[in-house]
Amino acid sequence: MSTTNPPAAGFAVDRSALRHLADAQVNVELDTGDMILNLGPQHPATHGTLRIVVRLDGERVVTADPIIGYMHRGYEKLTEFRTYPQITTLINRIDWLSSFANEVPFMDAAERLMSIEAPPRAKYIRTILTELSRIATFLLFLGEMGLQVGALTPAFYGFRDREYVLNLIEAATGGRFHPNFNRIGGIKDDVPWGWIAECRSTMKVVLDACDDFEDLVLGNEIFEARTRGIGIIPGHVGASYGVSGSNLRASGVDWDLRRDGPPYLVYPDLDFKVWTHPDGDSYSRYWVRLQETRESARMVLQCLDAIPAGPIMAKVPLIIKVPEGEIWVETENPLGQMGYYVISKGATGPFRVKIRSASFSNVSIVPWLLRGVYVPDVITILASLYFILGDIDR
Amino acid sequence: MKPKIPGLIGGLGVTLKTMLRPAVTVQYPHEKEAPAPRARGVIALKEENCTVCMLCARQCPDWCIYIEGHKEQRPPRREGGRPRSVSVLDRFDIDYALCMYCGICVEVCPFDALFWSPEYEYSEFQISHLLHDKVKLGEWMESVPEPEPLEVGAETKGKK
Amino acid sequence: MATIPTLALSIGWGTTLAIKTIVILMVIPLGALVLGYVFLLKMMSHMQSRLGPMDPGGFHGWYQLVGDGLKFLQKEDIMPAESDRRVFAAAPAVVVMSTFLVFLVIPMGPDLVVKNLDVGVFYALAVSSLSVIGVLMAGWASANKFALLGALRAAAQLIAYELPLLLAVVGVVIQAGTMSLQGIVLSQQRGSVFGWGGLGEPFILTQFIGFALFLVAAQAELTQTPFDMPVAESELVAGYMVEYTGFRFLFFFIGEFGTAFAFSAIAATLFLGGWAIPGLHGDLANILGPLVLFTKLMMVAFLMFWVRFTYPRLREDQLQALAWKFLIPLGLANILLTGIFKVAL
Repeated sequence: MSTTNPPAAGFAVDRSALRHLADAQVNVELDTGDMILNLGPQHPATHGTLRIVVRLDGERVVTADPIIGYMHRGYEKLTEFRTYPQITTLINRIDWLSSFANEVPFMDAAERLMSIEAPPRAKYIRTILTELSRIATFLLFLGEMGLQVGALTPAFYGFRDREYVLNLIEAATGGRFHPNFNRIGGIKDDVPWGWIAECRSTMKVVLDACDDFEDLVLGNEIFEARTRGIGIIPGHVGASYGVSGSNLRASGVDWDLRRDGPPYLVYPDLDFKVWTHPDGDSYSRYWVRLQETRESARMVLQCLDAIPAGPIMAKVPLIIKVPEGEIWVETENPLGQMGYYVISKGATGPFRVKIRSASFSNVSIVPWLLRGVYVPDVITILASLYFILGDIDR
Repeated sequence: MKPKIPGLIGGLGVTLKTMLRPAVTVQYPHEKEAPAPRARGVIALKEENCTVCMLCARQCPDWCIYIEGHKEQRPPRREGGRPRSVSVLDRFDIDYALCMYCGICVEVCPFDALFWSPEYEYSEFQISHLLHDKVKLGEWMESVPEPEPLEVGAETKGKK
Repeated sequence: MATIPTLALSIGWGTTLAIKTIVILMVIPLGALVLGYVFLLKMMSHMQSRLGPMDPGGFHGWYQLVGDGLKFLQKEDIMPAESDRRVFAAAPAVVVMSTFLVFLVIPMGPDLVVKNLDVGVFYALAVSSLSVIGVLMAGWASANKFALLGALRAAAQLIAYELPLLLAVVGVVIQAGTMSLQGIVLSQQRGSVFGWGGLGEPFILTQFIGFALFLVAAQAELTQTPFDMPVAESELVAGYMVEYTGFRFLFFFIGEFGTAFAFSAIAATLFLGGWAIPGLHGDLANILGPLVLFTKLMMVAFLMFWVRFTYPRLREDQLQALAWKFLIPLGLANILLTGIFKVAL
């Protein structure tokens, strides 16, 4: 309640509506016996501006409440007043580490509403770029989880090997982080000369890097002691909370939208394995993502062998007006299951876009997961869930 | 059957191996890596092609392009014709403090007046100096690379 | 000692004391600087595929730490408002003081030792554990929850790992037959391996368990990864040192690397032979001895820092379990074996 801008006279204030989570936690500070630890918005362990208010009993967590919203940028409101190409630019920035993957479901939704299909070459290049962004974000994860657990070196290897992939994406699209490469009907440009050969050699570097990570981090007995049995998500609990992606597959649930969902891009033509692990702890989440990185590299090599010649853009009018309709498209993004519900009323921009981001649901399990764990394990668990704040808050 | 090396020793091997290889650091500003020719560094303006259609300013998601122009009358091309009206560009500013480097303006321009250049070293001490006027945007044209050849199997030739 | 016999130099008592004081005061900061530059800045960087500082000083950034030190010295002295001022100011001094005291007994040549105590090893270990008090003082006086958590973790860890350190050293003492560090070095120089005296008998050959134990325990004493819970950078952000800035933080930093230097020197002396190479005697040993010790010390420090930059950190309870349930029984077994072999062979 602001004292400089008080409500007008006669305005009845509903006091109960003012009580929300952050206030409640501040009042709890007066409790004796427990210590409140604020893993505040600025903290090296939370990947971005996530605030977790943790109530401790000694070194064990009694309750943990994540407070999100510090990075809310109003994406769904922004999309109401922008055209489709402009929105493609903006949604790159939802999950900024794998930004190409964010554009794909939205473009798919728009193309389906228009009942056009991108030509095969465009689909192959889209698939290659999606898998490249998956590799880029997973390499960062493999390095940075080592950092959260205490090893300094894997983080540098993750960043170093990621640079090769980012150089590839830059050579093709012009932007390392924000490609902005999808267009309704295809992609913007064809790839430059020599890109396919460079892509092949980069995939070899990626596979070598995965072997290095396996030796340096996964095989390390100390890492195993820190992550085995920590933060176990049973499969049915994870599914009921909406956890998706590698987190769910690490709990033994065999679900991958590239194989099980409605077909999109060229995944029906590719031969790939979906990796699961029965344990559901932090170790298995790391293991699953390592295997998926290798699998993505193999998928890129398959696509490079099979890429057809042809146009990269279907026949679309100059000013694109998407016909009326509503559609829901979801894809297997690196962070999990990402979906867009697009309502179009026939204009150059959508009427309403609802964004279902993977990390929002992944983080919803944090209060349940962190009960009774030690403080260092809080860091390990948060690192293993791998959420991006831009994805949580949009 | 290879004996299983304990993971602790294997990890030490990885760091030792990396230590003995040369480092990957590029010592900027003494050494510089050339970015890809397509890299979105800065936008260059070819003023003679611009017809002040305002498409770029309208399509920019951030509204960071400021255009002002006026119409002028030019003498007719042939005897007895009517005077032609020509749009003249007065002001074309791009505010790089707002620019998202999305490239929509370069793409929608129907007259090929805007080009991407991979030049990236234009940081300023004052944020107002990041507003590049049409003279400065014209200077960036020198760093615009030639359209590069495309990969085998592409249909369109050269850069759009 | 007041004379260096072969050099026929006769130095008075006061001058000797002055020289010894200056050497001790200089060797810790210089040692910390060298260790910090070579291992923390350069070796760590190359292990991470990067170059480290290259510009300061022109040649591969050798001036970086000196510049850092000068930067710290000119900073504002900030104390938290609710801190206990005197304890807060004294804590870094207590931590660093214990490192200086360790160097009193480390021999750098046959005559180059500040004080050749007969209980040298005992004194060195006792004095190096005084730093625990400094850590607790720092954590408490900071008036900060994070600092307190870090200090309590650190104190528990340091106390737990004193025992494996001691037990590792007891094996060496049994084998050498003396607690004096100079005596241990000389017994390694004079010894022989299966009758061949070419390399002397560095105790690492027979006391390899003790060497491993000593390295692990020293790693924990220095709160280095994998035992750096107290200063867990990604959780508590520097733990008990979090409220310290300026030259007080510099003291902690010098204390950390100076102690690494000291422990490496002790390990080199106990296990690798210290300043001695067989065949090196008298005057030449006085000149080359420090260099030999320095080389061996750097080899031990390389091992310690290599492990530091590779492994993740252990959780507090795992750390304690490792010390009490694994390292101490191993140390006791090592002593038992050493005793049996010493008596039987």
